Amino acid sequence: MSEANSTVFDVAVIGSGVVGCAMARRYTLNGAHTVVLEKEPDVLDGASKANSAILHTGFDAPPGSLEQACIASGYREYLDIREALGLPVLKTGALVVAWDKPQLEQLESLLKKARQNGVPDVRPMSKAEILAQEPALATHLLGGFSIPGEYLIDPWATAHAYLLQALANGAELRRNAEVLTGVFDGEIWTLSTPAGVVRARQVINCAGLFGDILDQRLLGQSRFSIHPRKGQFVVFDKSAAALLQAIVLPVPSKTTKGVVLFRTIFGNLAVGPTAEEQDSRTDASTDRTTLQGLRQKGIEMLPALARHEITATYAGLRPASNEQDYRIITEPQKNYISVGGIRSTGLSAALGIASHVAALNTGAEVRYAPLSAPAIPLPDRLSDYHERDWQVAGNGGIICHCEKVTKREILAALDGPMPPATLQGLKRRTRVTMGRCQGFYCTPALAALTKGRLDPALGEPDE
Amino acid sequence: MSEGCRVAIVGGGTAGLSLATTLRRLGVSGIVVLEREEDAGGVPRHCGHYPFGLREFKRLLKGPDYARRLVREAIAAGVDIRTGTAVTKLHKGGRLSLVCGGETYDLQAERVVLCTGVREASRAQRLISGDRPIGVMSTGALQGMVFLQGLRPFHRPVILGSELVSLSAIMTCAHAGIKPAMMLEEGPRMLARGFMRPFPALRGVPMRFGVGNIRILGNRRVEAVSYTDAGGLPREVSCDGVIVSGRFRPEAALMQDSPLEIDPDTGGPVIDQFGRCSDPHYFASGNLLRPVETSGWCWQEARDTAKRVAADLAQEARAQATVTLSVNSPELRFVLPQRLVPDAPPGGMAQMQLRLNKPVSGRLYATSGGQRLWSGALNTVPERRILAPIGPIITAAPIHEVLMETSVVCSMESRPPK
Ligand SMILES: Cc1cc2nc3c(=O)[nH]c(=O)nc-3n(C[C@H](O)[C@H](O)[C@H](O)COP(=O)(O)OP(=O)(O)OC[C@H]3O[C@@H](n4cnc5c(N)ncnc54)[C@H](O)[C@@H]3O)c2cc1C
Ligand SMILES: Cc1cc2nc3c(=O)[nH]c(=O)nc-3n(C[C@H](O)[C@H](O)[C@H](O)COP(=O)(O)OP(=O)(O)OC[C@H]3O[C@@H](n4cnc5c(N)ncnc54)[C@H](O)[C@@H]3O)c2cc1C
Repeated sequence: MSEANSTVFDVAVIGSGVVGCAMARRYTLNGAHTVVLEKEPDVLDGASKANSAILHTGFDAPPGSLEQACIASGYREYLDIREALGLPVLKTGALVVAWDKPQLEQLESLLKKARQNGVPDVRPMSKAEILAQEPALATHLLGGFSIPGEYLIDPWATAHAYLLQALANGAELRRNAEVLTGVFDGEIWTLSTPAGVVRARQVINCAGLFGDILDQRLLGQSRFSIHPRKGQFVVFDKSAAALLQAIVLPVPSKTTKGVVLFRTIFGNLAVGPTAEEQDSRTDASTDRTTLQGLRQKGIEMLPALARHEITATYAGLRPASNEQDYRIITEPQKNYISVGGIRSTGLSAALGIASHVAALNTGAEVRYAPLSAPAIPLPDRLSDYHERDWQVAGNGGIICHCEKVTKREILAALDGPMPPATLQGLKRRTRVTMGRCQGFYCTPALAALTKGRLDPALGEPDE
Repeated sequence: MSEGCRVAIVGGGTAGLSLATTLRRLGVSGIVVLEREEDAGGVPRHCGHYPFGLREFKRLLKGPDYARRLVREAIAAGVDIRTGTAVTKLHKGGRLSLVCGGETYDLQAERVVLCTGVREASRAQRLISGDRPIGVMSTGALQGMVFLQGLRPFHRPVILGSELVSLSAIMTCAHAGIKPAMMLEEGPRMLARGFMRPFPALRGVPMRFGVGNIRILGNRRVEAVSYTDAGGLPREVSCDGVIVSGRFRPEAALMQDSPLEIDPDTGGPVIDQFGRCSDPHYFASGNLLRPVETSGWCWQEARDTAKRVAADLAQEARAQATVTLSVNSPELRFVLPQRLVPDAPPGGMAQMQLRLNKPVSGRLYATSGGQRLWSGALNTVPERRILAPIGPIITAAPIHEVLMETSVVCSMESRPPK
């Protein structure tokens, strides 16, 4: 048995979406020697690669649900730790806006639900009040209410910071390590992956869109099934961000929170997501007709958007399950916990989910004690509303002018403790090529700078 | 830190360098060119092919040699070219915020000339469907990879678009031993000029017109492009890259959140016939004004603008009384300039520039307050330069908005070629 194989980790977290990253942090801070196994070449390549990046209060979650509880505690913990971790927040607040009579009639029950969910500062607003605060909104709105605590965050830096903190305190990350099979001998799990065999006392399934499949592989069955739901987005030019202050939420329907208008912490304004049921767990493609529809929908709510250019389009997949609530299921005899169906609120709830799971007694004998002074990693600082590296001397110059990404930032990502494996990963860590020109100006310089560091490479030498 | 100069030129491409050199030759000192790249020269730096320089230097040059020559001339004329210096904000009255290697400072100029050029519309801007693998790029990015870095991003790309720049893409591919798999155009015919039409076929690149539903397929890398052909049948072509070419947009990023008015039709600044922007301390020249002209055109345009800027330096910068000039027919896409100074001193542009949305065969009219000021024949297609005289309009001293209109004898809607 090789040396790597002889290590027995306290915990194997399978999956490095935002939930797995938060999980790894929690267990590591609790003192567990943790390994994170990720099937893709980079972290955050599943559901967590694309979302609305709203830090939800959980005002509209089903009262009494596990989801509501995890959002509430996740929200609190984020605001507690974010300064120490150097994570940004844009305190925009949100407005739920009713655009027709039936929606208007639902506001009262939504307000009641919010208060039930421990979000007491919601406040009804008249049409005039809303338009006074958001003068660019279309005037056919009928009324709404405000939720001052809904904020915008950086969806990638957040998860990276969680995992980086785990790594800085002794956790290990294995990529290209899809868990294919596993055997539990009553004490220890032996997991086989293309990157080798990994042994751990406890397994936590954070496999997102593949959660049910992983359960089947390791337990022989799953108590839930994943039904992916695609959400497409249209991102407008930074010039459009001035049109809106708050996040504008529609009155939610049963299946979706509906199409949202929101700024991003990177300085853009976006419209989305759609909610499209599909079988594929990987197809996050976009569709022109749908995107045109989204743009139109955005213009209906915010007419001035018609004058602003589109910067980007993208889609994400929600790991929804056959049930509405999260599916967190323990198998005490097997030292196994499945964290499934974290559908549309996982970014907000991740820290709460991790604490909830760590507190569950799975039957695994706990042999570790919390770290007293955990190390704190350096975060990616990409918020357009905070100081950036381009304003700091010695940065080697700007490579990506639209997003003002410096050479030093790119090299720091490439040389850092969790280097990107792909261009997509580099984009999530630095925002390079994600601006207006989408790489028209900087691709050549970037290709040269990343030579030999990304797979696939941006280019091969032309001999 | 803060400093001053007479004329600050933003962008050291064809237009910026030509303008700076001309100003120096007119005897104006204190000319600074601010260029964010490590080298000045602009887009021609990576157009590693002919034909550049015929109008300017009376010889046939490749883009990079041409760019070097423009830089050499400017330096010889005494222009202060500051590379690696990005302008990050335009303030009222000609003050600029700059950053160079993380050092930020302000520069106050008597006049600023914006020469930031054009770029191609991205895949996202065109709402192209499909996956988001790597290997999708503009012609400009491809040229930079091949000619500046000696890198080859793919072997068999599909080219989207059929403008002149799409043909540059074919030439760039040929230089790097890349063999385009196909050229796809949503319109009914090639957008590049008639005599260029056989070019892709000569290079062995199959062309498909009137295609729809273009989708990019591929997980990590591009694997194929699917589309519907002119007859509506689904097709797929396997490839390992996509060149999203043409559909130029002015690089007007700086003008967002600035004191300057933007024309949504051109995507560039609103100017009068002197090239003056809505804040009279600012002028603009080159392809920032509109999509899109050749380098030679931009070079000449910038020389003319330089003379206007030099004359303007003799007086206080002040806003002029203007009337609006705009397009008023669905066939017309834009007109430049967007403002006219009616009783102007001589020296402004002699001609306005227009472009079409669809092919037109008919007449073009200038009217104001119901009065017809000028008319001329119009018989052309989109992406072609259209010029109309400004003289007859300003001599009529219009007091109302001037509208450009077409009477269409025949406006050919898109239809597939026979
Ligand atoms: C359109 C959209 C909008 C959203 N908006 C918001 C929002 O505004 N606010 C909010 O809080 N939430 C939002 N969400 C929800 C949030 O993004 C998700 O809840 C969250 O990303 C789920 O994370 P996860 O870690 O559970 O799953 P994933 O991110 O899918 O992570 C699972 C990981 O496990 C890996 N994996 C799978 N199988 C294996 C295996 N066998 N071995 C090893 N690794 C494996 C995968 O590769 C993946 O990296 C949104 C989601 C979408 C799609
Ligand atoms: C891909 C492509 C291919 C082309 N091929 C041809 C061709 O083959 N033949 C031809 O005649 N024309 C061609 N053109 C047209 C081309 O735009 C002109 O040739 C010419 O370069 C226009 O000159 P310009 O000065 O307006 O813009 P550019 O040459 O683009 O120069 C603009 C300069 O401004 C700089 N800049 C932008 N923003 C800032 C800022 N904020 N701070 C500081 N500097 C800034 C840029 O770095 C750039 O150097 C092509 C254009 C493109 C985009």
